[in-house]
Amino acid sequence: MRSRSSFAIVTNNGCVSNMTEPIPALEVHDLDAWYGHTQALRKISLAIVEQRITAIIGPSGCGKSTFIRCLNRINDLIGGFRVAGRVLFQGQDLYAPDVDPIEIRLRIGMVFQKPNPFPKSIYDNVAYGPRLCGLKDPVRLDLLVEESLKKAALWDEVKDKLRRSALALSGGQQQRLCIARALAVEPEVLLLDEPCSALDPIATARIEDLLLDLKKNYTMVIVTHNMQQAARVSDSTAFFMLGQLVEFGPTSRIFTNPLEKVTEDYITGRFG
Amino acid sequence: MKLAAADLRHMLRLRRGTEFVFKFVAVAALLIALGSLATLLIDAFLDGAGRLSWQFLTSFPSRRPEEAGILSSLVGTVYLILLTALVAFPVGVGAAIYLEEYAASRWYSRLIEVNIANLAGVPSIIYGLLGLELFVRALGLERSLLAGALTMALLVLPIIIISSREAMRTVPPSIREASCALGASRWQTIWHQVLPLALPGILTGSILAFSRAIGEAAPLITIGALTYIAFLPDGLLAPFTALPIQIFNWVSRPQKGFHANAAGAILVLLVVLLLMNALAVFLRHRHQQRLRL
Repeated sequence: MRSRSSFAIVTNNGCVSNMTEPIPALEVHDLDAWYGHTQALRKISLAIVEQRITAIIGPSGCGKSTFIRCLNRINDLIGGFRVAGRVLFQGQDLYAPDVDPIEIRLRIGMVFQKPNPFPKSIYDNVAYGPRLCGLKDPVRLDLLVEESLKKAALWDEVKDKLRRSALALSGGQQQRLCIARALAVEPEVLLLDEPCSALDPIATARIEDLLLDLKKNYTMVIVTHNMQQAARVSDSTAFFMLGQLVEFGPTSRIFTNPLEKVTEDYITGRFG
Repeated sequence: MKLAAADLRHMLRLRRGTEFVFKFVAVAALLIALGSLATLLIDAFLDGAGRLSWQFLTSFPSRRPEEAGILSSLVGTVYLILLTALVAFPVGVGAAIYLEEYAASRWYSRLIEVNIANLAGVPSIIYGLLGLELFVRALGLERSLLAGALTMALLVLPIIIISSREAMRTVPPSIREASCALGASRWQTIWHQVLPLALPGILTGSILAFSRAIGEAAPLITIGALTYIAFLPDGLLAPFTALPIQIFNWVSRPQKGFHANAAGAILVLLVVLLLMNALAVFLRHRHQQRLRL
């Protein structure tokens, strides 16, 4: 597992430089993606800034999910998927031949659309990632599980039933458990693929509060269908359509003064 | 669309009629299946129950039917099936893991898939011929327990592979993605997520395959398993016999006493089968409980 010290250096660098100029955590250059013969992304280029929340919006099938799934190479699991272009993570191309996708996924965590806890206990869900990395010491595991659940604002609700099945939790709790599970491997970036689409408004509000809180330490990319959500939580917003990036900029500007007509039509609900 | 009340009533009556006919056909099919099974059981019980005794279980075969027993064939069957499971289960599950999780969907993996499905349908006597040529002659294992078990393993492999793949396919992709997104390697995902979830299905399929093997006589006769054995196998390379062979042998004798013996042996074989299936149910149930926590 990555040592804590290297994490601190990166964070410090980020903090110091943030005062002058935002540091990109991820830089995407001319990204194309295909499922078999179907092209899902066309020449996407954008930079995701450290310790900010970047929202990806756009109509269904526009490539939002494909895009975010390119950022930790989870799409490698899908047969017939391929990409062209570069995704730079701290200057290193994720798709370079010598890069191990496992290391990428340890440093760039992901939360999925539907809560997908493992059919194990709450404790074992959170401890899964650290255990795979070889952490066996029960005392440190206990601490890490508690810390991760606290970060995901779930600790108070589950601290007395850590050995109970994760499947017994409510949908919103399950999704926060998935966030805790992702945080337990101490990633630098957190990708969230429509994390609230299966949740009710109260659970959604809790997750949004959580994201704003996590922003202090993590770079986040969130795909969302919910325009208000993008406006509420994100610092920058990217609008995708038909596999292309239409517009990318500060959220406040995208929502008040979009440069493109389609963006305006979409966010005002005239189509989509 | 608006129907007149009379038309509607007529249509509904017609539907109820069809419903009744299909229900009748389904129940009749069930009764035929269960009825023939019950007849077989009752017949075997009436003929063989009188022969069931401790002496029957603990005696070697004999020329006098009332002194004959099934000790060597019962022990042979148990050894044979344990050995078969020991060989076929890891190989079958391993092959299924490769095909389901690692092999890319290319033309050759589809070719392998079709061939495995076909192999599952090959008559068991063909496997017996293969075992005779490969294990008994080429590898020089003679008519041994090992040769028999390896032949049986070949026979059940396709079924184990197919049912294991099916069980693994029921594991939702979201679980695999979640595991991979946490930095698990492919093998870690298989070991910690896919196999535990698929295990009940894999076990059920495998145990059913072994129950099929336990009743097979043809391949064992083909490789030349003996019918008259008055000792217990003392090693992997010892000659052996099995219950189906013993039954086959007794049924073909002219004396009435041996027919009763055959019926008794059938009952014992059925009990062994039931015990194995009960084990499958038990394992599956226990596993599901563990998953539910």
